[in-house]
Amino acid sequence: MRSGTVYTETVIWSAPEAFAADVPYQTAIVTLEGGGRVTVRVLGDRVAIGDRVTEADPQGGIPFFRKA
Amino acid sequence: MRPVAVVGIGKTAFGAFSDRDLRSLAVEAGEKCLRNSQISPAQVESFYLGNFAGPSFVGQNHLAPYVSTALGIQGVPSTRIEAACASSGSAFFHAWAEVAAGVYDLVMVVGVEKMTSQPTARVSQILAQAGDCSGEMMVGSTFASLFAMIARRHMYEFGTTKEQLSMVAVKNHAAGALNPDAHMRKVITLEQAMKAKPIAEPLNLYDCSLVSDGAAAVLLAPLERAREFTAKPVRVLGIAQCSDYVALDQKADITTFPAVRRAGEQAYRMAGVTAREIEFAELHDCFTIAEIIATEDLGFVEKGQGGPYAFAGCTALRGARPVNTSGGLKSKGHPVGATGAAQICDLVLQIRGEAGERQIERHSLGLAENLGGSGATCVVSILGVV
Repeated sequence: MRSGTVYTETVIWSAPEAFAADVPYQTAIVTLEGGGRVTVRVLGDRVAIGDRVTEADPQGGIPFFRKA
Repeated sequence: MRPVAVVGIGKTAFGAFSDRDLRSLAVEAGEKCLRNSQISPAQVESFYLGNFAGPSFVGQNHLAPYVSTALGIQGVPSTRIEAACASSGSAFFHAWAEVAAGVYDLVMVVGVEKMTSQPTARVSQILAQAGDCSGEMMVGSTFASLFAMIARRHMYEFGTTKEQLSMVAVKNHAAGALNPDAHMRKVITLEQAMKAKPIAEPLNLYDCSLVSDGAAAVLLAPLERAREFTAKPVRVLGIAQCSDYVALDQKADITTFPAVRRAGEQAYRMAGVTAREIEFAELHDCFTIAEIIATEDLGFVEKGQGGPYAFAGCTALRGARPVNTSGGLKSKGHPVGATGAAQICDLVLQIRGEAGERQIERHSLGLAENLGGSGATCVVSILGVV
């Protein structure tokens, strides 16, 4: 499982039509251990810049992370 | 390279026009531009259309000849340029290059977008195609959410505040209220701007530009021929287009746009001016944070100081260096493919002294910055009196 630190985040209240049912939801850019960044959906508790996060089970190829 | 001038401009009002289609908007702007430069369609030697997503918004492709033939421009090269929200800025850059290189003398640019025929969630879906659809957009990102993440990081690193973001919206609405062609001619208070409904935290409704229909057109000619077409030619002193990653998560630092910095530096060098000399600007305020960062990346202020600079009123209509005297994308409206050409029109109106109630006192040297996506394309143009 990948893990890393939240570089930035937002909570989305106005979604594209494919995600309208999920509102509100949080997305974040995570700086991965070992380098590189990835844009993820955040599951569970809200996260803030600097929080440690780990990858949850991948669902449909979409990266889901939660607070470590 | 030959010196190049803008010799004609034309634009439609921006707004939500249920009775207008894409082509009629583009033709209205184009015809106004032809009249403004006192030429006939047969004199146009090359045509560029800036348009982001006509195929998705209105189901029409092959848009450049679809528009140019409706304008009566026959047989000449007719080319569509797509660069997300910088589509017609890029079209302007390529038209300029064609005239500067001596390939053609009279080259027309039209930018157009027809957006309001789709519901908001569908518009968000279409706009999202300007991001990386195999990465950042798969998780449900919107353009508002990408700029929200930029804003969060800028706040974290530089102490930029929500009040400073909201002040950009207040300022641009104040200017746009004086623009008869603006989509939302409405003055707002700082309190209203702060308390609007959230879109992507920390951005709310008033931090976001508008979904609009509209078109804008510009005619370019060699400077040496400019007075054949207008008594008030405006010279393209410097121009550059630069590129960067499409995906925000590939950038090392999201609080700055390298494409804006590079395009700015190149345009300043070509024009032989410094940031300090720029008297006014049209900056790409797709979201309030984008205008703040543009003032930093273009050297109007030190990195990180864009928020206080805006909050202090330096960029207001009657400030030391007005930014977005048109109302910007925030109040004038943001028909995506029309925005870059409209910025050029707004610079030209100020330089000619034809900006009406929003006319500023120092208006001989202006800069336009047109940003595509979350910074993958940027066109910076510097225009001045001849």
